Amino acid sequence: MESIKDKVAIVGMGCTRFGERWDMGVEDLLVEAAYEAFQDAGMEPKEIQAAWLGTVFSGMSALTLAPLGLQYIPVTRVENMCATGSEALRAASYAVAAGVCDIALAIGVEKLKDSGQTGVKGPSIIGDNTDGSSAIGSGYSAPASFAYLGTRYFHHYGLNPDEGKRLLAEIAVKNHYNGSLNPKAHFHNILTVEQVIKAPIVAWPLGLFDCCGVSDGAAAAIVTRADMAKNFRSDPVYVKGLAISVGARQGSMRQDYDYVHIDENVLAAKRVYAEAGIKDPRKEISMAEVHDCFTCHELIVYEDLGFSPRGKARDDIDAGTFTLKGELPVNTDGGLKCFGHPLGASGLRMMYEVYKQLQGKAGPRQVKNPHLGMTHNLGGNAGNGVGCCVVVGNEKG
Amino acid sequence: MVGIKSVSAYIPVYRLNREEIGKMWKTGAIGGEKAVAGYDEDAVTMAVAAAIDCLKPDVKDVNGLYAATTTAPYKEKQSAAIIAGAVDMNKRCYTADFGNSLRAGTIALKMAADAVASGSAESILVTASDCRIGAPGGRFEQILGDGAGALIIGSSDLLATIEGSYSVFSDFTDLWRTQGDTFIQCGEGRFMDEAGYMPVMQEAISELMKKYSLAPGDFSKIVYYASDNKQHNDLTKKLGFDRSLVQNPLFTEIGNTGVAASFIMLAAALEEARPGDRILFANYGDGVDTFIFRVTENIGRIRNKSIVKKRLTAKKYIDYGTYLNWRDLVPLEASSLPDRAEPSLAPRWRERKNVTALYGVKCRKCGTPQIHPIGQTARVCVVCQSKDDFEAYKFSDKTGKLFTYAVDVLQPTKNPPGLNGVIDFDGGGRLICELTDYDLYKVLIGMPVEMTFRKLFQGKGIVNYFWKAKPV
Repeated sequence: MESIKDKVAIVGMGCTRFGERWDMGVEDLLVEAAYEAFQDAGMEPKEIQAAWLGTVFSGMSALTLAPLGLQYIPVTRVENMCATGSEALRAASYAVAAGVCDIALAIGVEKLKDSGQTGVKGPSIIGDNTDGSSAIGSGYSAPASFAYLGTRYFHHYGLNPDEGKRLLAEIAVKNHYNGSLNPKAHFHNILTVEQVIKAPIVAWPLGLFDCCGVSDGAAAAIVTRADMAKNFRSDPVYVKGLAISVGARQGSMRQDYDYVHIDENVLAAKRVYAEAGIKDPRKEISMAEVHDCFTCHELIVYEDLGFSPRGKARDDIDAGTFTLKGELPVNTDGGLKCFGHPLGASGLRMMYEVYKQLQGKAGPRQVKNPHLGMTHNLGGNAGNGVGCCVVVGNEKG
Repeated sequence: MVGIKSVSAYIPVYRLNREEIGKMWKTGAIGGEKAVAGYDEDAVTMAVAAAIDCLKPDVKDVNGLYAATTTAPYKEKQSAAIIAGAVDMNKRCYTADFGNSLRAGTIALKMAADAVASGSAESILVTASDCRIGAPGGRFEQILGDGAGALIIGSSDLLATIEGSYSVFSDFTDLWRTQGDTFIQCGEGRFMDEAGYMPVMQEAISELMKKYSLAPGDFSKIVYYASDNKQHNDLTKKLGFDRSLVQNPLFTEIGNTGVAASFIMLAAALEEARPGDRILFANYGDGVDTFIFRVTENIGRIRNKSIVKKRLTAKKYIDYGTYLNWRDLVPLEASSLPDRAEPSLAPRWRERKNVTALYGVKCRKCGTPQIHPIGQTARVCVVCQSKDDFEAYKFSDKTGKLFTYAVDVLQPTKNPPGLNGVIDFDGGGRLICELTDYDLYKVLIGMPVEMTFRKLFQGKGIVNYFWKAKPV
């Protein structure tokens, strides 16, 4: 089996400001993200040979990409719950690596706020019971589906509710601080631990500030053959590994699943590290963008991705390991928590930050001398998931 | 010999203090409490709860299920079939609904006894349940309560035999609901008592005693329906029964539970009965049904179960606003949260064993019991990947433990916040489902739970029944 390592590169990226974009429709968001990417790559739209569009709710087919006015090129819509944006990047990367095209666009978009509703539709996110085809329907919300992790983590590691809430609050505070430095983030408010702890409960132990923003936005990446990358720019970012792991609902059906880790995360990380040749992720990864849809998930992700030993994420949080100035900065752009979470765009938004960091263009959020960056998504939830990891670097190995 | 093989009663855990209602409407209160069906309960779910207890431990050869209620959730669609599915009856079980009269339960009882006596059925499970609503501020709101009773009528292993019966009908219009009525309508109070209830009850009970040459002194317990304490007391006086032998009608404790009332009273009486006791049982509604029961030696079997006593003491109080909300008596602002996925008829039918009786499967190869979290069929084992190598495995009768939980403020529920749990069943298998009838501040990881048949949120115009976990 061949590795994708250093076969393809990202030569241009774009990302809209995330938020409640009453001023923009799906078409505006797509155009904004794509044209920033074209400009970044110094490329004309007509140079794009194929495109993969990721969206969960904001369009049913490849025609969703029509607003870009691309002229009869192959376009495919992909969907993999909250890993959708990364799925579009995987598809574009594999197509280029396979040699079926040389320049491909991966673009993700979500327009959640035109629904007039608060929050995200639950059931379709949970999986395969598309509306109206379930025997019993579904009642609980997305925060509740992640709250199971928090409740069990506290119990498993003997954290009392105050200790547990404080630990989660530290994650929200970190991500909001990072987001406050980012003009494209949904939120710019700096939070205190006290504010996070005292916020109204949404799904115990998750309060309002433990939950990510429900946002509109789009992000795009232009992928080319690695050997062509320098034709477009001097500082391309090379794909080192792409991995997903899809569960079979083991966690929902088997008693041996413990709700303090997520196998889909662990396996996606293991595969991506193997593909990228990473032995010690904590030392080798310079910075990571992870799926902090809810703070208790970021907590578990530290351990699932091998950044912290099992049960020791708390020590690293206390030590500031994952802060902007820490040993391994995580969610330097604010994360889903503060940057916002337009489902289909999020994977590519994460990559946008990693790409800018690796190019040294992250402004006040810039981490020192990065070489390898990583994105991580979880579609679905604990026990019903799609784990996805991507590693990229600024040097061709 | 035909008689009662098994008996049980179900009273929902929720109580509304009548003082709350009196305070709300400035009408004063009649004292005591009313039992209120949970937001996720109705005449069908309460009948299922009573039926499950009635079928324990493992009553065999039940080949009929008669469901009596005046508050069937469907006008067209049988309650008995839903109940029979939930308690996992054989498909040849003969199901019938009895309704439209407060006598529906005793009519069903009589028909069951006749069917068993004729040999057309071995034994028949009869449920009687009601969830009637009095108009807010009105004369029935305080007195009505919710509940269910169940009896198994058979010919062997009897707790009590039926020694005799006598019935009359009476086309007397005292209480009624027309097709479109949510609330009970009624005639003038003294008219209902003096021209309706009193004379026909007196007559029927006298005729019963005459028919079997019995006198009031021949009975060790008198169990009869009345609409309230006053009517009940007045009849006791008129008939000349020793007040100490008259079964407490439970109006103060739970209220008038309609069709269920006489069944719950009978269950309470039987729980305290001695072998040889003779019980007079009378029920009213468009006439009168009367029965004479003779208690057998088998009665010791149920004495320690004390189902009625336990149900009477296990209670949680709700306020009047909650009551109005649960019975859909106040319009609420539509939620701004996204709609939840609605149930669909085809998969509900396809997965009917899963949905109605909470069946999963057990892998023949690795022995793992398993059930799909959103009601899909399992074709490939989630542990060993064997394909189509399963036996059916019922989860509804298994106890379990709460592995982890999520309190959900966003959940569309009439009892917020929602509580969802990961249930690990004793003996294997895991299910993520809603919890009900819990005390939020006593919810703990590791807490023992059992399964209960309830309504989920509604959709597609159907009543979406499924199973929830509740603390044991």
